[in-house]
Amino acid sequence: MQRRPSTIILLAAVLAGPAILLGCATAPSDAETTAKATAVLKASFREQGQAKLDRLVQDDTQKACSESAGKAPPNDVAERIEKANFASIKWPADGKYLGDWKNGEKIAQEGRGMQYSDDPKGPVGANCYACHQLTREELSYGTIGPPLYQFGKSRGYTDDVRKYAYGKLYNAEAYSACTNMPRFGHMGILTEQQIKDVVALLMDPQSPVNK
Amino acid sequence: MHRIHQGVLRGVALALALAAPVVLGQGSTVDEIAKYRAALQDGNPAELWEARGEDLWKQKRGPKNVSLERCDLGLGPGVVKGAYAQLPKYFADADRVMDLETRIVWCMVTLQGYTEADAKKGPFGNPDRKSDMEAYVAYVTSQSRGTRMNVALDHPKEQEAYRLGEKMFYFRGGTHDFACATCHGEDAKRIRLQDLPNLTKTDGAQKAYTTWPAYRVSQGELRTFQWRLNDCFRQQRFPELLFASDGSIALTMFLARNANGAAFDAPAIKR
Repeated sequence: MQRRPSTIILLAAVLAGPAILLGCATAPSDAETTAKATAVLKASFREQGQAKLDRLVQDDTQKACSESAGKAPPNDVAERIEKANFASIKWPADGKYLGDWKNGEKIAQEGRGMQYSDDPKGPVGANCYACHQLTREELSYGTIGPPLYQFGKSRGYTDDVRKYAYGKLYNAEAYSACTNMPRFGHMGILTEQQIKDVVALLMDPQSPVNK
Repeated sequence: MHRIHQGVLRGVALALALAAPVVLGQGSTVDEIAKYRAALQDGNPAELWEARGEDLWKQKRGPKNVSLERCDLGLGPGVVKGAYAQLPKYFADADRVMDLETRIVWCMVTLQGYTEADAKKGPFGNPDRKSDMEAYVAYVTSQSRGTRMNVALDHPKEQEAYRLGEKMFYFRGGTHDFACATCHGEDAKRIRLQDLPNLTKTDGAQKAYTTWPAYRVSQGELRTFQWRLNDCFRQQRFPELLFASDGSIALTMFLARNANGAAFDAPAIKR
């Protein structure tokens, strides 16, 4: 008589393990909290200028990367994200990756674009210097991303590296799931020509990046 | 009072003059900026907002012509000292978790008879139109200077606000896939030359949270924590964060709680 109830309690404890370990059996699940947080967030914004409320509608990549909460996502999730994003890259029809590095430098310096306080007519930049060191001359650079000084010189001025640079700028999630880097082509931030110009900044032997 | 203010402004002018010739050279640039920031601490025009806020707080205002002196900021009606260091918190009368700005709106409605829409109007000032809210916040927060942050997670709604705020911190969206965590999730990072606090760590959250509100030299205004969040989301390419919204309160709860234990040290002064 004494044993059976305790066996049942033990079984219940095993089944409900995670909740009991947290010391609060009534705590909402992580999925419930995520759903509620998303709903509260959506109700806490209003559209302003060019920033409409659809910017709060997450795609699969944004959703999965939010769930990994600053940590690397599980391998299968990372693979799924990278595969889907790679498949969506639109490569240049003319097969050329290199534009004008001088224009690329301007795009790398330009911080405006897509904020509700920005003119919807532009300009729109990539603001590369916000996160990366690129040239020796520009000392005002950020450190969220790796330094890219001598990008082409150190990797070699090959077509493979040019293609990689184009793809990475077009959709960084194709190469590194849940990276901090925006998807400049995929999200329509930069045009194909602008991406080529930034590729030139990284890959043209005459660019200050490679001096 | 007038003489103090002039002294404050002279101090700022002097600090700006001293810091003007920023020599460009990586190491020295950072050093010069550090010196500039240190010089700014000498005279803080936030005092002007604190004084104006105290005057307004004690003035009879609104349709009911009463002051905010009986406003309950969490420590009982009329207690301003130390109140900010315990916010946000759950208020039974509103059955809701509130941050300071939301609570002031509540008091303006319940005590002074303003409509909620009027109480929430124009929370962020500009040179043409000063914000009463920024003045109230400057005064109330100044009364917690030196008090240790002590935000409770006792009530289930406080716990929920914290959990929701944490989720929002990691929410990626917009054209650039940015979340709060994109810029504030790692140690010793910067945007251009601007240092970024890691808000996921205790020391980072403490350093950041205890130095808002702040007088922004570049804007000539005193900015509240609601403004800080609003402007972060603008730069994140999100739509506009609604003033005193549930989302803004939840995120504030997450960050304020993470700052527990540190001495509050604002209104501060920032570039």
